[in-house]
Amino acid sequence: MKTTIPVAVAFVAGVVLVVSFFFDEGTWVGGISQEFKIWMTIVGGFTILLGAVSITRVNWSAVQRKKEGWPYKLLTLISIFVMAIPSVLPNTWSPLFGRDVGSIYDWLFTYLDSPMMATMFATLAFYIASAAYRAFRARTAESTVLLVTATVVMLWRVPMGEAFLNMFPGDIPNWLNTYVMNGANLAVQRGIIIGAALGAASMSLRIILGIERTYMGKG
Amino acid sequence: MSGIEIFEIWIMAFVTLALFSFLYKDNPLYKIAEHVFAGLSAGYYFGLIWDTVIVTQLWQPMIGGKWELIIPGILGLLMFARFWPKYSWVSRVSLAFYMGTASGIFLTSQLHGLVLKQMQATMLPLVNGDGFGAAALAIIVVIGVISTLAYFYFSKEHTGALGVTAKVGIWFIMISFGAHFGYTVMGRVSLLIGRVQFLASDWIGSFSQIF
Repeated sequence: MKTTIPVAVAFVAGVVLVVSFFFDEGTWVGGISQEFKIWMTIVGGFTILLGAVSITRVNWSAVQRKKEGWPYKLLTLISIFVMAIPSVLPNTWSPLFGRDVGSIYDWLFTYLDSPMMATMFATLAFYIASAAYRAFRARTAESTVLLVTATVVMLWRVPMGEAFLNMFPGDIPNWLNTYVMNGANLAVQRGIIIGAALGAASMSLRIILGIERTYMGKG
Repeated sequence: MSGIEIFEIWIMAFVTLALFSFLYKDNPLYKIAEHVFAGLSAGYYFGLIWDTVIVTQLWQPMIGGKWELIIPGILGLLMFARFWPKYSWVSRVSLAFYMGTASGIFLTSQLHGLVLKQMQATMLPLVNGDGFGAAALAIIVVIGVISTLAYFYFSKEHTGALGVTAKVGIWFIMISFGAHFGYTVMGRVSLLIGRVQFLASDWIGSFSQIF
């Protein structure tokens, strides 16, 4: 029962969505499919809430047991509550509640979360530079191709670099755009997309038929 | 510049510098900013999903008379059964519904919307009035797509014709990865420039208002 019911549910839900592809939205099959898509969004929403609750539980447990670094975990907990609780309260009670402009949620996102996110990604610029040093050593012909392409594209994306490339004959920026970005790069992206899509389709079929069950976990 | 605005700029500058301090070495200031960031992000998604999904797509339509939505509501709540080991298997039903529906959407959308469309866009007529350049580009794309797929085909050993094609595929892949790496570096650097500009103009600029 612990496995059969979930497999049956996945089969029915999957088959309904596959069959509905061959019907118009106005038909009853199309209607059920639309309803299932809404249900999927709702169930998916609960998974995000589950994640937030799970983070809270893990951190709360660490704070209670006074594990190493517990004051930081307490800070995480306070941050979750300060952000989440005012956002779920109705803004009819106070303009500070809800998610509108002027709310606590909006203020924390604009002046704390957003700059921190940008800084986190900006920090990666330094680490990507050290990664580039290791990756870009021209040991083989293939790695030399990667090195040359990356260097030229980086130069091309800044005005000074583009001006430098224009000093050479042959309109390098235009050649780069046509044959590298819209030629080789496009072809590889297309190949990867086709391969990944075929993989995703076969994995979907395995899930619908109940062959793939790893998403259920153990037990 | 009002006092509130200066306070906001200083808050942003504090978290920016705290996170950048990791570039020197791990330190308590960075840890504080890191944990606050993790907490705020979790809280952000909680608030977002609560409003856009639970309230807008579940609660409001349900009290408006769409009572069948109680089914996904119950399925969603069953997810929380994971916290009780004895009943954790119940959450599989919700997960199975999600996975089954997503698989049903993926099976058709991936094949119809991606595989066929990408293949259609690859196989273009060579003589189409756009000249030699367009024809050469179309040939490059066809060779690139086939050789890339050959490289990622691992069900047969890469020897003979398949090996040669896969080798060509590596060259194409290296060009593409190089281009992507270049783009990623430039994207990260532009974010860095944005943060440094904020510190140099907004934050340093606020000094004159205070001192």
